[in-house]
Amino acid sequence: MKVSIKLFAIVRDRAGVADLTLDLPAGATIAFAADLLAKKYPAIETFLPRCAFALNLEYTSISELLKDGDELAVIPPVSGG
Amino acid sequence: MSDRIEILSTPLSVYDAEQFVVDLQAGGICVFSGNTRAETSSDGRELVALDYEAYADMALRQLNELAGRARERWPILKLAILHRTGRVAVGEPSVVIAVSCGHRAEAFEACRFLIDELKRDVAIWKKEVWKSGDATWVH
Repeated sequence: MKVSIKLFAIVRDRAGVADLTLDLPAGATIAFAADLLAKKYPAIETFLPRCAFALNLEYTSISELLKDGDELAVIPPVSGG
Repeated sequence: MSDRIEILSTPLSVYDAEQFVVDLQAGGICVFSGNTRAETSSDGRELVALDYEAYADMALRQLNELAGRARERWPILKLAILHRTGRVAVGEPSVVIAVSCGHRAEAFEACRFLIDELKRDVAIWKKEVWKSGDATWVH
């Protein structure tokens, strides 16, 4: 299944990419996708544990299951305002 | 339309936000402006701006939901939440929040709630831009 990934701020800078698509096996969780991102972009690995995750525009837990067409965003600690 | 909630890449107008929430029933209008504050780092670097980035789809959704929660708690007539992206120089606003209520107590409280909650979890990030040209993410 294909999941689109959005990276922001420090994670985007370290990975060198803002948007990508991951090809994942059925039943993959956000945790699985995060591990895969850390392997593809080792520069973000140490920062990932400080990040939240948003699935289809809502914060969600790392154990959530992904489905085809989902949009998963890595949300570093926010600093708006 | 009683809410104006926007993320924009152009300079914010505190006056426009205040005018938006003016209402004949409103005895109290509270406006908050969050500005870039001048700062010198411990090693002597001078801040010139904050550079903002947003996950706009999510942030707008969050801000609309936040407005809904504020309306559940206080009798708000109109509200405006404006946040900028891009470079915000020292002395300029990155966020403007305006609320109108029948009376001042609710207006103050609702306005405070909106900025505090926005800062807590809305998907927006800022980078400190120093006079030297370096920039460092705030986290």
